[in-house]
Amino acid sequence: MASDHSNPPKNFREFLQHERSYMIVFGTLLVFTGITVAIAQVDLEHDYNMFHGANMTLGLIIATFKATLVMLFFMHLISEKQLIYLVMGFTFFFFTGLMGLTVWAMLDYPKLTTFFM
Amino acid sequence: MEIPFTSKARPDTGLYNAKVAIWLFLASEVMLFGALFSSYIMLRIGAPEGTWPLPGKMLMTFPGAFNTAVLIVSSVTVVLAWASLKFGNFAQYKKFQAVTIACAFVFMGVKAFEYHDKLTHYAIVKTDGSVWDGHMVQQDDQSVTITIHAHEEEGGHDHDHDHAEHAHDDEHAGDKHVNINAYLGVKGIKGFEYNVDEHGHHVDGEVTIPRSEIAKITNYGPQHSTYLAIYFTLTGLHALHVCGGAFVIFMIWGPLAKMWETDPERYINRVEVSGLFWHFVDLVWIFLFPLLYLL
Amino acid sequence: MQATTTADDITDAHAHDEHHHEPGFWQKYIFSTDHKVIGIQYGVTSLAFLLFGFSLIACMRWQIAYPGQPIPVVGGLLEAILGEVCAGGVMQPELYNSFGAMHGTIMVFLAVVPLVFAAFGNYVVPLMIGAPDMCFPRLNMASFDFFFLGCVLMFTSFFIPGGAAQAGWTSYSPLATSIPTDGQTLWLIAMVLLITSSLLGAVNFIATIIQLRAPGMTWMRLPFFVWAQFVTAFLLLLAFPPLETASLMQLMDKVFHTSFFLPSGLIVGGSPSDVAGGGSPLLWQHLFWFLGHPEVYVLILPAVGMVCEILANNARKPVYGYKTMVYAVMVLGFLSFIVWAHHMYLTGMGNTISAFFQTTTMIISIPSVILLTCLFISLWGGSIRFNTPMMFALAFLPMFGIGGLTGLPLGFAYSDIHLHDTYYVIAHFHYVVAPGTIFGVFAGIYYWYPKATGRFMNEFWGRVHFWGSFLFMNAVFQPMFAQGMAGIHRRMYDGGATYAGYADPETGIVSVPLKFIEMNKGITVAALMLGLVQIPFILNFFISMKNGKKVESDNPWNATTLEWQTPTPPPHGNFDKEIRVYRGAYEYSVPGADADFTPQNEPRNAETKTAEDDEVAEPAN
Repeated sequence: MASDHSNPPKNFREFLQHERSYMIVFGTLLVFTGITVAIAQVDLEHDYNMFHGANMTLGLIIATFKATLVMLFFMHLISEKQLIYLVMGFTFFFFTGLMGLTVWAMLDYPKLTTFFM
Repeated sequence: MEIPFTSKARPDTGLYNAKVAIWLFLASEVMLFGALFSSYIMLRIGAPEGTWPLPGKMLMTFPGAFNTAVLIVSSVTVVLAWASLKFGNFAQYKKFQAVTIACAFVFMGVKAFEYHDKLTHYAIVKTDGSVWDGHMVQQDDQSVTITIHAHEEEGGHDHDHDHAEHAHDDEHAGDKHVNINAYLGVKGIKGFEYNVDEHGHHVDGEVTIPRSEIAKITNYGPQHSTYLAIYFTLTGLHALHVCGGAFVIFMIWGPLAKMWETDPERYINRVEVSGLFWHFVDLVWIFLFPLLYLL
Repeated sequence: MQATTTADDITDAHAHDEHHHEPGFWQKYIFSTDHKVIGIQYGVTSLAFLLFGFSLIACMRWQIAYPGQPIPVVGGLLEAILGEVCAGGVMQPELYNSFGAMHGTIMVFLAVVPLVFAAFGNYVVPLMIGAPDMCFPRLNMASFDFFFLGCVLMFTSFFIPGGAAQAGWTSYSPLATSIPTDGQTLWLIAMVLLITSSLLGAVNFIATIIQLRAPGMTWMRLPFFVWAQFVTAFLLLLAFPPLETASLMQLMDKVFHTSFFLPSGLIVGGSPSDVAGGGSPLLWQHLFWFLGHPEVYVLILPAVGMVCEILANNARKPVYGYKTMVYAVMVLGFLSFIVWAHHMYLTGMGNTISAFFQTTTMIISIPSVILLTCLFISLWGGSIRFNTPMMFALAFLPMFGIGGLTGLPLGFAYSDIHLHDTYYVIAHFHYVVAPGTIFGVFAGIYYWYPKATGRFMNEFWGRVHFWGSFLFMNAVFQPMFAQGMAGIHRRMYDGGATYAGYADPETGIVSVPLKFIEMNKGITVAALMLGLVQIPFILNFFISMKNGKKVESDNPWNATTLEWQTPTPPPHGNFDKEIRVYRGAYEYSVPGADADFTPQNEPRNAETKTAEDDEVAEPAN
C-alpha cells in the first residue's frame, strides 16, 4: 500500500499511479457487480442444468469475494496488526456460531406438520 | 491529564486508541447485522410455500445496482482522501471527501425513491375476491384510484413460469410472484385483475374502486410480508449507518478540519477511522444487494 | 513499529498535565468525564434500581403467599398511584405480570449488570491497570447517559395506561406483541438504549485494558478482576448486538405491524390476528438467548473477579493457580456463546441439536468449577482476616457453588422436562445471582469504600448486614428447590393455591401436596426480613461517608494492586506519581520480603530483577 511518503506525487495522475492498487480493486468491484447482476438474469439451475441453488451459491461467492477485496485493501486488513486479526477472528467465529447453530437448530426440529405451522 | 496514545501508536500493540476502538465497534456491528442476516435466512427457509417473492421480482434491480456502484465509488474516494492526507495534500483530500459526501446524498436519494415506490404501491382485495394491484393515484372517503400496471414481458425471464405453475393457479399471477392468499390473509381470493385492451393484452390504466367494494387494502410496506419486513429493516438500519457515517465524515471534513493545523497526525487518524466505518457500511451493502434484489 | 521499546516511550505518554482548574458542581458530578465519578453514578443508579426491583418482588411475594388479600401498607399506595390494577390494595393479574416482567428486567439490565460491570469496572479497572482515565472519557459519559435514559423510560412505563411490559423479562413473541400495552414499546426502546450503552461501555473497557496499561503491566500481571472485566466486556460486545437486532425487530412487529416473530394463522384472544404471518416465534428465542446465556456470565464473572481480589488480600496469600484461572475465564467466555439453546429444550428441538447443546453445557461447567476450586484452594494455609468484605467473599463461594451445581439438572434435556419453568429454575439462578453476585457486590462495596471516601464502613453493622442477608437469602431460596421439584410452576398468580392438595380421582395421588404451597408463607416472611436487614447497610453506607473511621494510609488493607497506590480519594487523573509495574498482582507473604505484601509498583532489587523488567511491556506482535 501507500507506504512510501518520502516522495510525494507531483500531480493527480502521478497520485493515481502511486495508488493504483486502489484503482484496480475499484475496477474489479465494479466489474463483479455487473457480473452479479448478469448472472441473476439467468436461471442456472433450470436453464443450464446446474445444481439446486446454483444462483444463490454463485451470488454469495461473488459477494464474499467483493467483501474480501474491500476488507483486504480498502480496510488494509492485508497488513494489519495481530491484535485486530485476533478480535475479528473471534467475531467471525461467533458470527458463524450464531448463524450456523440457529439454522441447524431450525432445520433439526422434528417435522410434525410443516415448518413452523 | 492527558490520555496516552490518542495519536501515537502504543509500541507493544502498534495501534492508537481509536483504531482499536473502531475495530471493536465494527466487531459488534458484524454481530448486529449478522443477527439480521440470520433472521433473513430463517425467515426465508421457514417461509410457507410460495410466500417468498421469486428472485429479483419484488424490487427494481437498476436502482439497487446503481446504489452499489455509488457506494463503491464513495469507498474509493474515502481511501484516496486518506492517502492524499498521508502525502500532506489537504486540498485533494477535501475534493475526494466531498465526492464521498455527495455519494452519500445520491445513495439516500435513490433509497428514498425506492421506499416511496413501495409505500405508494397498493394491493386491494375487493369483496368479490378479485385483487387489484397498482400505485396509488388518489384516495378519499368514497373511493380509491390506482394505476394498474400491465404484465411486463421482460426478456430472459421464461423461468418465471416454472415457478409460477406450482405456486399459483392463476395464469397471470406469475408476475405478482407471491401467493396472495398467504400475505393478504383473506379467504376466497380469485386472482389478479388487469385492464385489458380489445386484443386481450394487458395495458396500463387507472381504476377507481369504491370504498364499499374494498375488503382489504394494504400497501407494500413492512407489514405486507416477512420479505418486505426484513427488506425495510435491513435497508433502514443500513441507511441509518450511511447517514451516521456521512455525518461523521462531514464533521471531520468541515467543522473539525482545524485539527489538520494543530494536530495533523490525529486528524489523519480520524479520517482513517471514519473511513473504516464507511467501508464497513459498503461491505454490508455488498451482501444486501444480491440477497434482497437478485437472489 | 519496533519490536522492543524503552520505558520512556510509554512513560512520556503517561506524563500528566500540571495545570488544574476546579470544575463546577454540574461538571464535576453530573456531566463528568472522570471514570470514578461515572462509576459512582452507575453505582448509585443501579443500587437504587436494585432496591426498586426488590420492592416489586416483595409485593408479588405477598400475593403468592396470601392470594387475594390486600397488600399491607403499600397496597393502598399502589391503588392510589396505579388505579384499578391494584383495586382495594389487591394485586390484579395484570399488575402481577408486569411486576414480574419488570422485576426480571430491572434486576438484570438496570441493577446487576450496571453494578458489577459498569460501576465497579469504571471505578476500579483504570486504577488497577495504572491508567489516568478510560480510553475515551466522553464516550464513557455518553454510555452513562444512554443508560440513564433507558432507566427513565423503563421506570416511566409503569405509569402509562396499560402499565409496564407484562411478557416476562424474556419478552417472548407472540405474547409480547399481543398484550395491548404501550409498556412493551417503551420496554423495547429502553432495551435498545441500554444495549447501546453497554456496547459503548464494552468498546471503551476493552480499548482501555489493551491500550492504557501502565508500563510493565503485562497481561499476566493483570489482577484477575481486570481479566474478568476484559472477558465480560467481550461478552457484552459480541452477544448484545443480536438482542439489539431482535429488539428492533420486535419493535417493528409492535409499531409497524410486521410479522417477524408472528406465525401464519396466529389467533389472539379467540380471533385471527390481522397480520401477514410467516414469521417465526423461535427466531426471537434464539436471538434472545444468544445474548441471554452470555449474560449469565456477564452477571457472575465480575463478581468472581472481585471475590478473587478480596480473598487474596484477606488470606494474605497469592491466588492459587492464577494462570489457570485466566485461561479458565477465557474458555468460559468462549464457550458461553455456544450453549444458549439449553434454555429452549422444551420448544421441541430435535435430538441432534439438543445433544450438541447438552454437551457444550456440560463442558462449560468445567471452567466454572476450575475458578471456584482455585478460589477455595487459595484459602488453604492462609492467615485469614475476617472482616466484612471477607465474610461476603467467603459466603459467595458456597452460594455460587450451590447455584452452579443445581444448574446441571437443567442442562440435561431429560431432567429439564420436569424442572423447566418451575420454582427450581428460580431457585437455581437466584442462587447464582442473589447470594452469588450480589454478595460479591457487597464485598466489593465494603472493600473499595475506603478508597472512594477515605473512611471505613462500620464493621459491627456490616456483620449484622452479612449474617442477616446470609440467613434470609437461604431461607428464601432453599425451599424453592423443593417447591420446584414438587412441580409448582414459576408464573402462577396465586402461588399454586388452585392446585393445592388436588388428588387424582383414580390413583389418589396428590399432584401438589399442601405443604409445598404452605412454604410460600415462610418464603415471603424471609423475603421481607431480607429487605429489613438491608436497612443497616443503607444507613451504614451514607452515615459512614461523614462519620466512618478514617483510613490511616492510602493502602488500608495492605493490598498489592495499583488502585491502592493513588491518593485517597483518587483525584482527576488518578496517580500523583509515575506508575511502573515490576511484579505480579498477588505478592502476599513472599518469603524474604520486608512486609507480608509487596505492591506491584515496588521495584525489584538487582538480584531478583529479571529480563522482563527491562522491557516495559510485552514485545510487539
